[in-house]
Amino acid sequence: MSTALLEARDLSIQFGGVKAVQNVSFQIDPGIVYAVIGPNGAGKTTLFNLITGIYQPTAGSILLDGQPIQGKAPEVLAQLGLARTFQNLQVCLNMSAIENVMLGAHLRLDRNLFKAALRWPALKAQDRALVGEAIELMRFVGLEPYTSARADSMSYGALKRLEIARALAMRPRVLFLDEPAAGLNPKETLEVDALIRKVADTGVTVVLVEHDMKMVMNLSDRILVLDYGRKLAEGTATEVRRNPDVIAAYLGAHA
Amino acid sequence: MNKPAYRGLYLIAAVLLLLPLVLPNSFYVDLAIRMAINAVIVLGLNLLIGFAGQISLGHAGFIGIGAYASAALPTHFGWHPLLAVAGGAVVAGILAGALSRPIFRLKGHYLAMATLGLGIIINIVVRNEAVWSGGPDGMAVPPMAFGSFEVSGDKAWYWITAILLCFSIWASINLIDSPFGRALRALNGSEVASRVVGVQVARYKLSVFVMSAMFASVMGSVMALYVGFVTPNIADFFHSIELVTMVVIGGMGSVYGSVLGAVLLTALPQALASFEGWETVLFGAILMLCMIFLPRGLVPTLAARLGKTT
Amino acid sequence: MLAQFLQFLFSGITVGSTYALAALGFTLIYNASHVINFAQGEFIMLGGMLAVYFTSSGVSLPLALLLSIAVPALVGMLLEKVAIERVKGAEPVTLIIITIGASLVLRGLVQIWLGKGTFSLPAFSGEEPIRVAGATLMPQSLWVLGVTAIVVCGLWYFFARTLAGKAMLATSVNREAAQLVGINTDGVLFLSFALSAALGALGGILVTPITLTSYDAGIMLGLKGFVGAVLGGLGNGLGAVVGGLIVGVLEAMGAGYLSSSYKDAIPFVLILLILFFRPSGLLGVKATDRV
Repeated sequence: MSTALLEARDLSIQFGGVKAVQNVSFQIDPGIVYAVIGPNGAGKTTLFNLITGIYQPTAGSILLDGQPIQGKAPEVLAQLGLARTFQNLQVCLNMSAIENVMLGAHLRLDRNLFKAALRWPALKAQDRALVGEAIELMRFVGLEPYTSARADSMSYGALKRLEIARALAMRPRVLFLDEPAAGLNPKETLEVDALIRKVADTGVTVVLVEHDMKMVMNLSDRILVLDYGRKLAEGTATEVRRNPDVIAAYLGAHA
Repeated sequence: MNKPAYRGLYLIAAVLLLLPLVLPNSFYVDLAIRMAINAVIVLGLNLLIGFAGQISLGHAGFIGIGAYASAALPTHFGWHPLLAVAGGAVVAGILAGALSRPIFRLKGHYLAMATLGLGIIINIVVRNEAVWSGGPDGMAVPPMAFGSFEVSGDKAWYWITAILLCFSIWASINLIDSPFGRALRALNGSEVASRVVGVQVARYKLSVFVMSAMFASVMGSVMALYVGFVTPNIADFFHSIELVTMVVIGGMGSVYGSVLGAVLLTALPQALASFEGWETVLFGAILMLCMIFLPRGLVPTLAARLGKTT
Repeated sequence: MLAQFLQFLFSGITVGSTYALAALGFTLIYNASHVINFAQGEFIMLGGMLAVYFTSSGVSLPLALLLSIAVPALVGMLLEKVAIERVKGAEPVTLIIITIGASLVLRGLVQIWLGKGTFSLPAFSGEEPIRVAGATLMPQSLWVLGVTAIVVCGLWYFFARTLAGKAMLATSVNREAAQLVGINTDGVLFLSFALSAALGALGGILVTPITLTSYDAGIMLGLKGFVGAVLGGLGNGLGAVVGGLIVGVLEAMGAGYLSSSYKDAIPFVLILLILFFRPSGLLGVKATDRV
């Protein structure tokens, strides 16, 4: 019996004739920072979408605590403690920043609509506590100045952190970060790097897809390298850096 | 976060209290009652259009169900009028539920098409089944009664609809600022984000649609009981469009906008009573101009100018 | 038995041709912009009503027919320029509401200008019915079917062989890609509105001698054409034609064999069935989302 929290076995997905992910297997232990890297088109985001329920695999399985979760919808995975952020941002710009964070707590709340309509006192108390919690989370991710702001007034970098706050509001077991540093300047990237460290230190397992090599090498406990949809290597940062196949994939065969 | 939103409600309640003293004759009381009834329907419809981002082009069909339930069930089956109101609401809810279940898995305009179809079918059925609906000429509606006490006359109905309106506004405000309401607004903002935090999208859209259908049915019954008579026009396509226009001009997603839209566009046909063609043109022009220049509707646009939220 | 069946079939195909033209109109616009043009029915009505107006004002028949197609086309172009283009990229709800508003404006204006009466046009080649296997076929039906067939062939040629047609097809498949290769997608949209309106108007003119016309004839015709488009698969031209014909035939059959008072409900029961069981229509393609 493996002790892995999250495991993939021979995971594959095919879009028509394109084999975007082929026979990928990996194991992620609880509490680590696990990075998925690879050249453009290697299938990293597709793999992500497979694990987080956006796509259904054509073959293989994904196991959470030994239980199969492949093909389950995102809403169900949320109940199992999986949270994710999006490379292209999926923020509710029609709501305020803090409401976006509060949204993350959705599953933990009493959502009865009759009680809501009648302004049940217990519900009101729940909301008040939630606001406090959301403010704390926004502080945690460094968005304190925005606690009264509307989401549509925030910058790209701030919105990326807002998504992380929302994901954390779910009190997840695993946090999936889809290219957290994409589109950020060097200063912002360092801040995100530190934030991910902070999150991992709270015990949440972090899985990220990322292009920024420096960040990945610094942060990750283990790395999975993909190329053309296949697993090229898996190991610690040092192991992966020295792997000749990985070097060839990134820099060409005669580097 | 909540208190400022109630201020409008206090204002409206005050206006409703004082209005009977100011209105010159029963024509205006009748107008006020119709405005209140439409406002409650529009509040329900706005939850669907403004918050869940779906559109119903056949809502008048649900109003018709409630109206004809109040007419036919007591007349032909001996039901108590109150039970008939409930019966209509249940039928409307079931129809809405049956309709939306498969539809909500699809995107964009599919619900629009389905509600369009349903609304027209209801209208045709009501027009044809003269035996229990009175056909194109309509039928009389037995008044609401408790033993020998009959609820009728514009005085009684004024207070009933005023209370219903205030309650609906209050409930809507509460709903919007609750986990349920946040999930709804999130659906509109980013469906992907809502799914990922665990919102069961189909279920939410379903409940909003069913709720708005039942609101419409109850108010259809209220209208029928108040007027004492019902004709198939209550469920026709143009009526559905009128309701959408009220949502649009008042402000999609705005509680007070719903009320304003209902008030304005209930008064308009009265003002244009003899200019039928112009009424159609004007409604059409309002719809177009609003969507082009004021896509958020009157109340949100005004509120944004003044720096507030609605 | 056969005679009755043929009778229903003939009248179904005849009115179905009008639905087919309307469905084509919906499809053209939907392909160019993903807008569902609820004003399509009013173009049909305009065609018929204008033809009545011009011929009764003493204009010669050919010129009247030409004007009755050209004017709606102009109206279509105006609608696109004034309303649709300004709100490019808006949500589907917004666009649906705008086209509904346009249909109300058109219908209201016609009601004011020409009144609420019902009008007819003289049949193009006389009223002498033709007997076919015991059923009667009006000569006007042949006009409807014939002209529709010619138009559909013409459109097929236009899309398959001409550059402008191919540009429109390209825009419907992938708007951005079409823009990148230099296709004027705004122009395509403009043209699609003009063409849809013309098609609708043509259908309206052809069928007026049979079904008569009035200021509010557009609503049902347009909506039923829309059902035809969805039945065939929204966005598929051949599907639109097939869908429109099927709607017409089913309606006639239903009215004949089941109940004539529920004739108008049949297309809408049909659309509910389509949406429940096969939303992509007979010939349509299932859509997927990319995250």
